Amino acid sequence: MKAKMDRRLGRWALRPQSIPFVLLLPAILVIVFVVLFPLIFSLYTSFTPYRLTRPESLWTFIGLRNYRRIFTDLDFWIAFGRTILFLAVVINLEFLFGLLIALLINRITWGQRVLRTVMMFPMMFSPILVGFQFKFIFNDNIGVLNNALQSLGLTDQAIAWLVDGWLAMGSIAFAEIWMSTSVFAILLLAGLFAMPREPIEAARVDGCNNWQVFRHITLPFIMPFAFIAMTIRSLDVARAYDIVDVMTGGGPAGRTELLWTLIARTGYDNARMGQANAMAYVSIILSIAFTYYFFTRLVAARRYMGGAA
Amino acid sequence: MTEVRLANLTKAYGNMEVVHAIDLDIADNEFLVLVGPSGCGKSTTLRMIAGLEEITGGTIHIGDRVVNDLAPRERNVSMVFQNYALYPHMTVRENLGFGLKIAKVAEQDIGTRVTQAADILGIAELMERMPAELSGGQRQRVAMGRAIVRNPDVFLFDEPLSNLDAKLRVQMRTEIKKLHRRVENTVVYVTHDQVEAMTLADRIVIMRDGYIEQVGTPLEVFNEPANTFVGSFIGSPPMNQLDGIVRLADGDISLADGLSIPIPQRTRARLSEGQKVVVGIRPDDLAPRGHGIHDSEASAELELSVSISEPLGTETLLFTSIGGVEVQGKMLNPRMVAPDERMKFVLAVDRVHIFEAAGGRNVMIDN
Repeated sequence: MKAKMDRRLGRWALRPQSIPFVLLLPAILVIVFVVLFPLIFSLYTSFTPYRLTRPESLWTFIGLRNYRRIFTDLDFWIAFGRTILFLAVVINLEFLFGLLIALLINRITWGQRVLRTVMMFPMMFSPILVGFQFKFIFNDNIGVLNNALQSLGLTDQAIAWLVDGWLAMGSIAFAEIWMSTSVFAILLLAGLFAMPREPIEAARVDGCNNWQVFRHITLPFIMPFAFIAMTIRSLDVARAYDIVDVMTGGGPAGRTELLWTLIARTGYDNARMGQANAMAYVSIILSIAFTYYFFTRLVAARRYMGGAA
Repeated sequence: MTEVRLANLTKAYGNMEVVHAIDLDIADNEFLVLVGPSGCGKSTTLRMIAGLEEITGGTIHIGDRVVNDLAPRERNVSMVFQNYALYPHMTVRENLGFGLKIAKVAEQDIGTRVTQAADILGIAELMERMPAELSGGQRQRVAMGRAIVRNPDVFLFDEPLSNLDAKLRVQMRTEIKKLHRRVENTVVYVTHDQVEAMTLADRIVIMRDGYIEQVGTPLEVFNEPANTFVGSFIGSPPMNQLDGIVRLADGDISLADGLSIPIPQRTRARLSEGQKVVVGIRPDDLAPRGHGIHDSEASAELELSVSISEPLGTETLLFTSIGGVEVQGKMLNPRMVAPDERMKFVLAVDRVHIFEAAGGRNVMIDN
């Protein structure tokens, strides 16, 4: 019986039309085990009260109870809102600074290549290290920042940068912006390099001053490049975990808790993996929404860019 | 009333001077064409008038204002660029109205003027399209519409037709001419194409290496080129130029290969014995006997062997040589010509141009 099956399988595998599938089989298997299976498994666990400390809980099906709990969980929604606010502030500021840097570097004629490379330096560090670096800069007792402020006589008391809720969020945002503004700068610079000179000249003859040229001609031209950067960065920032975890650990008392620090705490520290997976699925909606929004804008912009972006 | 006056206009990039103190007066409503080979400074001059290029020396007047230090937007000029330079993110309608919007013209007026310009140029049905969705010719029309909508004092055209295919170029050329007749405005038009220059211009300015070589109506520069450069640049096929020596006693100019031609009557008084000259013969003025030029007192005969013939239908171009220099002639009512056939050519001597060998100046033109 088995031998017969084997023979039939062997014959199927050797048929010309099945060869592509046979050749792709290793890749398909890898994807199934590495991506598809974990995805289905995690989705399943979000319907169970699965706790890492009680493996048998994996087999208890509780339907949507985890999701129902999320919708009444104020901490989750505060973290959700805080993540959106953090995302909006960080991306807008990065866009603004990136634009400024790109415009300045675009004007430079000497040393442009060196500056372009220097500009990328912050991206070369691991986020964990950037987190540590700023943790020590912002430390209220031994930090460089407080030390400098006190030496300059700007303040006579230690400012609790990483303890106060708003200041701590601001400090984390600062670290995030310091690290990744060059993503915007480099993409916008590419846009500026690709920009033809004639429409700008035409606009100047048409009556525009420098600001109007920038506002009506340059900016619309490089916006598609900004949308690409925004897509990349919104995915990055929406999953922010490392810098936050190193600098504040989501604390103090949850004042800097973002979605993924909350999810990690629920899943690993509290061992409630089922609940954590449910939260993760809800928060993915956020990433999808942002990606969808920026891609729609990008596609609209591509209509006139003629494929330049 | 808008004259444009360039006085002593100079442009230098660092130590490199590219336009050398040129003077030029452009009359109101005149269609002036700047023509010359690439790098002759014609585009730079135009861009200085537009304000896109800083002026190193001299002055530019537009109307009664000196515009040297005015920004482009304060000069009330409009410009059509070689690659159209449309705003890629705006529809045709927005492209046309952009200048007016910046000038804060009332919404309603913008609408009327844009529609009017679109009607003149026949692009009314393209108004909602994006530039990326237009053909080359349509883009060119939009670019011109954008220029006329603002009703500027001066139109500046920078090689507007060179990105179009040959057929469309001829068509647009005619349209530009019609447009000028209709909107009546001072036009400065830059091109490297002498045919465009001849067909469009009220006056042509021929430039080379940052100098003005000659200014004149199309017929003036054709019939009386100031020097060998203008002679060879204007006219197609180009003028043949041969070295010769004046022999007043014989009343002729000897060329290479033992050939000679009579001295043209009008130049006789301006030549001296033994003077080295360049003889300029247009291909139209050299034809095989019986094929275009009638024998008369003012004609001469040259016997030459034809190396190549190029039939064009109504005429055939004949390639021959004198002293190793290629010489072209034109045969009307053509017949077949055998390779290396020796033919008797008639030369219209009174239309031959004589230039000084040193410097190339036309002997008929005073300094």
